[in-house]
Amino acid sequence: MENRKILEIKDLDISFHSTTETVHAIRGVDLTLRQGETIALVGESGSGKSVTMKAVMGILPEGAVINKGSVIYYGPDDLKNGSGAAPGKIGNAAPGEEQSDGDNGVDLLKADKEWVRRNMRGRRIAMVFQDPMTSLNPTMTIGGQLSLAISSHGEEKGYRIKERAVELLREVGITEPERRMKQYPHEFSGGMRQRIVIAMALSCNPEILICDEPTTALDVTIQDRILELIVSLQQKLSLSVIFITHNLGVVAKVADKVCVMYAGKVVEKGTVIDVFYDPRHPYTWGLLSAIPGTGLKGDLYSIPGTPPYLSKDPVGDAFAPRNPYALAIDFKAEPPMFRISDTHYAATWLLDERAPKVKRPAELEEHIKEMRKEVAEYVALRE
Amino acid sequence: MSHSGNKDAQSPAKNSGNEHLLKVTDLVQSFGQGKNKVTVLHGVSFHIDQGETYGLVGESGSGKSTIGKCIIGLNTPSGGSIEYNGDKSIQMIFQDPMSSLNPRRKIGDIVGMGLDIGKKCASKQERNERIGEMLEKVGLPRESAERYPGQFSGGQRQRVGIARALIMEPELIVADECIAALDASVQAQVVMMLKKLQAETRTTFLFISHDLSMVRYLSDRIGVLHLGYLLEEGSTEEIFLNPIHPYTKNLIAAIPVPNPVVQYKNEIRYEYGTSGVLYEDGSWHQVQGGKDHRVFCTDREFKKWGGNADEEE
Ligand SMILES: Nc1ncnc2c1ncn2[C@@H]1O[C@H](COP(=O)(O)OP(=O)(O)OP(=O)(O)O)[C@@H](O)[C@H]1O
Ligand SMILES: Nc1ncnc2c1ncn2[C@@H]1O[C@H](COP(=O)(O)OP(=O)(O)OP(=O)(O)O)[C@@H](O)[C@H]1O
Ligand SMILES: [Mg+2]
Ligand SMILES: [Mg+2]
Repeated sequence: MENRKILEIKDLDISFHSTTETVHAIRGVDLTLRQGETIALVGESGSGKSVTMKAVMGILPEGAVINKGSVIYYGPDDLKNGSGAAPGKIGNAAPGEEQSDGDNGVDLLKADKEWVRRNMRGRRIAMVFQDPMTSLNPTMTIGGQLSLAISSHGEEKGYRIKERAVELLREVGITEPERRMKQYPHEFSGGMRQRIVIAMALSCNPEILICDEPTTALDVTIQDRILELIVSLQQKLSLSVIFITHNLGVVAKVADKVCVMYAGKVVEKGTVIDVFYDPRHPYTWGLLSAIPGTGLKGDLYSIPGTPPYLSKDPVGDAFAPRNPYALAIDFKAEPPMFRISDTHYAATWLLDERAPKVKRPAELEEHIKEMRKEVAEYVALRE
Repeated sequence: MSHSGNKDAQSPAKNSGNEHLLKVTDLVQSFGQGKNKVTVLHGVSFHIDQGETYGLVGESGSGKSTIGKCIIGLNTPSGGSIEYNGDKSIQMIFQDPMSSLNPRRKIGDIVGMGLDIGKKCASKQERNERIGEMLEKVGLPRESAERYPGQFSGGQRQRVGIARALIMEPELIVADECIAALDASVQAQVVMMLKKLQAETRTTFLFISHDLSMVRYLSDRIGVLHLGYLLEEGSTEEIFLNPIHPYTKNLIAAIPVPNPVVQYKNEIRYEYGTSGVLYEDGSWHQVQGGKDHRVFCTDREFKKWGGNADEEE
């Protein structure tokens, strides 16, 4: 039995409007996060990972228009009683819908903005942004900013606030935290700023943590430490995590499930095992083939071509022009999500029963075989 | 140079007169005054030859970006010297792709700024052509030139930063975490492009990165930095296959394995505070059998870590 749903993105569709053009950046994204699990969101640079999560947080930039879709948060029961009315609450309002997870779902896109800001953002849902500087105030000390974040959640008082701030800095591996509290953001290295932002997000004990590339500026030892911190909080507090990352080693380490995005859509989703050992979408094949192997020198593989610029909707499958396995239909009709198993889905016509049987690229097959061998050795070692 | 008695033809990686393209000697950097003074680089020395890629790796906050900023003259070092023997410019690709791009300027003007200031193009058409070409090289559509940084994703902005540096055709590029925000496929594309560029023009790279598999792929030699000390230096092979310093060992052991079932717990946890190692007492030791492989430590530590294993009975 899977844990209860905590966040559900349904058919999310977003465009950016400027004076010269409209970019259809998010074209129907579906994603379900369950309590206590970690979903890794991976995919092409520019495919819409950050924009999707900004929509969840209610902080889309100017010019962004949500054409359709919903972001439903299923809170604990106290949400109904305590913290004020939640306009836009579904539940009784939608009798036809399946409500197996209770009737306390709130559509964050329709709910009152002020209510979302007060009750959700930074409290129940916290986000670590891709660029730490965007969430830090350059004119305020780190200690001041952390204390402010802690006190705004009201749990700690007086000197305990400062103590908690120091403790958080220590937890994310900042040495001499007392001295560091008095410094300004520009006095820290890139990776230190990244860790401070992580500390700020954790300061409110959120239910959902969204991390957008939180470890790109960290060396592997500190990265390891941060990942372990997140995993331990997850076990302690049943934290649910969405982790955007390009590092497939990190995905392998922390994720339960993986969603692969391409050109504003989720093109494949499954458990880590599904996606690493049995990928089905040709884009995922390309992505996994690009992991630099241990067999160094030769050329690295990259997917030829560039992703479509979404100022007009692609005809058919957006990946078709770069896909060596594309079928005629790929250039005409967009593939639906095909079910491979209860946990594994992919949007490619190759999974249609009428499609010719296609084998994965030989090098990738080799890579998967290598992974299986590693597993065998690993298991043998542990016995 | 100290390596004498070698009658072989000079290696092609060296330029004439045995002069290094870049020579950093005893670089010291402190910030603050009086009792707030902190020293973040403690006498760092290394060199890079023409056409070479030198990988600089190490702990977050160890001083990698500071070294880069000293080299391009953005920071004034507190001590030591930096000798640059190139004819052409040095460019740095900055770690922070967002804050290094002016949000009010179009991408084309950001990328073309160096061309404009240096009046490097005869006509507007030539300028726009070069900008368009450069954008394509980093995997962005030509039309990007007309847009603003705010309209781009993290990885797209990072590539704007790369294009802005490359268009100047520098002789030395300080690339500070320049591929961190890119997916594996775009990363491979950019890295292959840099390699091709290097083969064609003998461009030299100081490649700062936490991505050790890319460092391994790109670098000829690697330097390992920790707490402002350069601790170990050697060829890529030596550093990965025969690391001596416990910090280097720790770093290599912590590389995450992209295999969800195989997750080793990192057993070697090296903490400077409890390790008993004292960096300020160190000096350079040449590793036996490893050409140009050296470790910064005390004699005792060097012996203990097996750096001169050949000599021991
Ligand atoms: N403010 C904006 N105005 C116009 N277009 C935008 C804006 N913000 C993002 N976009 C476009 O939306 C698309 C998705 O951007 P997003 O930042 O979500 O990508 P991403 O998947 O996070 O990529 P990366 O891995 O490079 O960070 C991009 O193609 C980008 O150009
Ligand atoms: N302007 C400054 N004032 C005070 N301290 C500074 C300043 N710039 C850097 N530092 C300090 O110098 C040290 C080294 O910083 P640097 O940015 O060089 O690290 P780094 O190795 O690039 O780290 P990362 O991998 O996290 O980017 C850090 O402790 C940082 O706090
Ligand atoms: Mg992003
Ligand atoms: Mg840095």
